[in-house]
Amino acid sequence: MGIVSPGFHGRPRGREVELPPGQYLVEDFPVLSAGPTPRVPLDRWEFSVTTESGTTHRWSWPELMALPSERMTVDLHCVTRWSKLRTRWQGVSLDTLLAGVETAADFVLADSYGGYTTNLPLQDLRNGQAWIAYGYDGKDLSAEHGGPARLLVPHLYLWKSAKWVRGLRLLTRDEPGFWESAGYHDYGDPWREQRYQGD
Amino acid sequence: MAAGWRVARLAGVHDETATARTLVLDVPGWPGHLAGQHVDLQLTAEDGYQAQRSYSLSAPARGDRIELTVQRVPDGEVSPYLTEVLTIGDPIEVRGPVGGWFVWRPADPAPVLLIAGGAGIVPLMAMVRTRRAEGSRTPFRLLYSLRTPADLYYAEELRRPPAGDAGADVTLLHTRSGPPGSSRIPARLNAEDVERHGWPPEFEPACYVCGPTGFVEAAADILTKLGHDPRRVRTERFGAGGG
Repeated sequence: MGIVSPGFHGRPRGREVELPPGQYLVEDFPVLSAGPTPRVPLDRWEFSVTTESGTTHRWSWPELMALPSERMTVDLHCVTRWSKLRTRWQGVSLDTLLAGVETAADFVLADSYGGYTTNLPLQDLRNGQAWIAYGYDGKDLSAEHGGPARLLVPHLYLWKSAKWVRGLRLLTRDEPGFWESAGYHDYGDPWREQRYQGD
Repeated sequence: MAAGWRVARLAGVHDETATARTLVLDVPGWPGHLAGQHVDLQLTAEDGYQAQRSYSLSAPARGDRIELTVQRVPDGEVSPYLTEVLTIGDPIEVRGPVGGWFVWRPADPAPVLLIAGGAGIVPLMAMVRTRRAEGSRTPFRLLYSLRTPADLYYAEELRRPPAGDAGADVTLLHTRSGPPGSSRIPARLNAEDVERHGWPPEFEPACYVCGPTGFVEAAADILTKLGHDPRRVRTERFGAGGG
């Protein structure tokens, strides 16, 4: 427990929802990104996975739409401290996309239209933990929230869920992405409050 | 970069508007920060309940002394405490500085275009003040969109810029009502404002946009449509639902 702030009471307790440490609940869906919102026309959209040996697997928008999709309800935790619970998404599991990809890589650098990047361990994208999401709350995912499609990895802080995702590079060594190079944590587990390097 | 929590003390306050207050904090061992960075603040209630929020720094550090400006959010959990209850001498926990992207470094020679919406002026003011403190002559242009003249933060400095601010042009763009005699009809920031008062894209300015989400989306879209390279446009959004 920190030092007591004289006269600070905080919100009424009681409605106990378990949130990761340092987070507070929001009902709306705040936007956080580092630059202008890219607009990606669907006829030029492509998603790719490039392995450590240089093999590239590609999906056009119609090819992505043709894959089996899942509907998932997940909690979101942003490093800027808001959490939003029970959000509803639709997308293709990374298990489906990685099924035909041969790799011995341990790490992934996701990259986005607009130049954003973020790094994750490959195992965090497998076993029903991650999706390429294109639907939110029953509608197409809007551009400001990462549409047409974003990575969704809800068990990590939301900056790992790269908006406007364009591809994954599979790597044998971890390579820091955009925020990670600016001092944010390489893994980013909200329940262990891994916000910054060294946490 | 962000070491653990430090115990700061409130050393001074300055009311910017009816709903915004600058807090001056003494933070023993403060390591210094870059213009545009923010801090995390932590409050602890007597029963151990804690709340944390991020706030932008509004000025360069002077030794262990830092400044931040807090906009009071109606029904907020933290901002009413910071702007109405926290008293000079009170302790508060601070962590930081945080953020390495939305920053201006005086060594960067590119001209600078700052676009603020409302409380989004705070980190941009830190850039203007850092320019002055460092004696930098980098050309700056600040476009500051605000509702009415009464909503102006840092009014004294922005209306009558100190000598060190020569070369840093300030344009106030009111959305609801302007000062008497102003020729511009109050309106949201538009492409003509940015074209007239900003830098042309050929100058390759470093652009910083800060404000509420909708404002930032609109301003960043205007910049890219005018031909600014998206890679030169850095944004910082004040999330709704905070407080």
